[in-house]
Amino acid sequence: MANKPMLPELMKTHGVSRRAFMKYCASLTSLMALSPALVPRVAHALETAMRPSVIWLSFQECTGCTESITRSHAPTLEDLIFNSVSLDYHHTLQAASGHAAEAAREQAMKDNYGKYLLIVDGSIPLDNPGYSCIAGISNLDMLKETAAGAAAIVAIGTCAAYGGIPHANPNPTGAVSVSDIIKDKPIINVPGCPPIPVVMTGVLAHFLTFGIPDLDELGRPKAFYGESIHDRCYRRPFYDKGKFAETFDDEGARAGWCLYKLGCKGPTTHSACATVKWNNGVSFPIEAGHPCLGCTEPDFWDNGGFYNPLSVPAGDYRKMGVAAVVGGAAVGVASALLSKAGKAKAVQNHETVDAHDLEKSS
Amino acid sequence: MDCKHSSAKDSPDKDDVFSFVTTGNAIPFLHEIKHALEHLLKTGTESVIDLGAIPFAPGDERILEEILGEGEVDATLTIMGQSHVRETAIPGVWRVDHLDTNGAFQSRFIEITFLPNILKTQPEDAERGLATLTEHLGAIETIGKPPSGKPQGDT
Repeated sequence: MANKPMLPELMKTHGVSRRAFMKYCASLTSLMALSPALVPRVAHALETAMRPSVIWLSFQECTGCTESITRSHAPTLEDLIFNSVSLDYHHTLQAASGHAAEAAREQAMKDNYGKYLLIVDGSIPLDNPGYSCIAGISNLDMLKETAAGAAAIVAIGTCAAYGGIPHANPNPTGAVSVSDIIKDKPIINVPGCPPIPVVMTGVLAHFLTFGIPDLDELGRPKAFYGESIHDRCYRRPFYDKGKFAETFDDEGARAGWCLYKLGCKGPTTHSACATVKWNNGVSFPIEAGHPCLGCTEPDFWDNGGFYNPLSVPAGDYRKMGVAAVVGGAAVGVASALLSKAGKAKAVQNHETVDAHDLEKSS
Repeated sequence: MDCKHSSAKDSPDKDDVFSFVTTGNAIPFLHEIKHALEHLLKTGTESVIDLGAIPFAPGDERILEEILGEGEVDATLTIMGQSHVRETAIPGVWRVDHLDTNGAFQSRFIEITFLPNILKTQPEDAERGLATLTEHLGAIETIGKPPSGKPQGDT
């Protein structure tokens, strides 16, 4: 089913009008965070793009990323994009199991060698590859074998992008990211725990229409990870005025003031949560009254506690984050430093600091 | 300015406190719309602004609703879920909201144009319409003719 023009046939099958296609393209362009002026180019690309083969490998993960991308009701944009690819292997979603499933993967690789898109969620254990196997094949071997014939790799979720929670201190399995192993293929990191569904499909749509998107220094598409949550947060004016909620039920919290002192990692976290939002655009954690956990950044689980303010030192990772925020430096620069220094070592010792201590130190 | 206050409340209760939280982005955004409208009138150039790309708090939405208001045209399109195309009280400024079949927003735009393109019948759809109509007329003519080829009732 792969390598055929995808949309003309799909539209004909589903009785989709040209007007509906225009709506689809307008929403897709918005989804990809592209200018509305590019809608005609998106339409042309979709009409002529080939239907690619996709192999999805799940390693040390919780299935939250798959839950996220499938947690929608037809016919949404996500469904249409999913229908636009030939998903030839996904051991959670496919009907086949055992040898038949692995045969499907091998056949897809053989038929589309050098052309298929490889999607990976979950980290890969290196201490003992036997910690995580599929059909008797270690995650490490399966990744290397499948990556060899891939046109590109999309590392979905923080585990595949940076090691994620399996990589958290003390990292009992020796978990690493896809990019720690594969060095000779283009890798698009789509971190998040889980990523926003429309961000995942938006990246997929971008690959289908225009190829590899522009990436930041951590391999993330700039369209979705180019700005910090803090930059786009509707509570930002309160931060600028120095108005902070001190507890989760005080006057400031009820008035929608900034959650910085309650541990919000928005200033050092790059994600589209504040604009794309969750649950079909209903809300995002900060809008629901909870600080951002920073789940799209490396080592977020070891970042000194979810409810500790950013402005207090709590290890190497935190120090660099504070430097970026306090100094007003570009957060992207801080992230580049973090990726180099923080990715290799999780923070060992965390200072315990609460909002009261912060008040004393400021 | 004659604009309708369709969603704002004059004296919100305690639960509506968040409706007054603003980012300060609404007024600069309205200036952007004003410039686009001037450009439309001078050069005929249409503009589309993606509302999903702008951080808005509930208070910003309220300001936008109040200033732009509701105009003379309110069209509902039923295409893979509904789409609402509404001219605002500022002629030439349209709100285009695309929803999925569950009623959830897919995308939201402000279009500065004399007529949003999605309201027009597309040539491809018109061609399909012509084929359908031709088929129907052919079927009627077939029904109207006896097997010999003579029209019914012509005895």
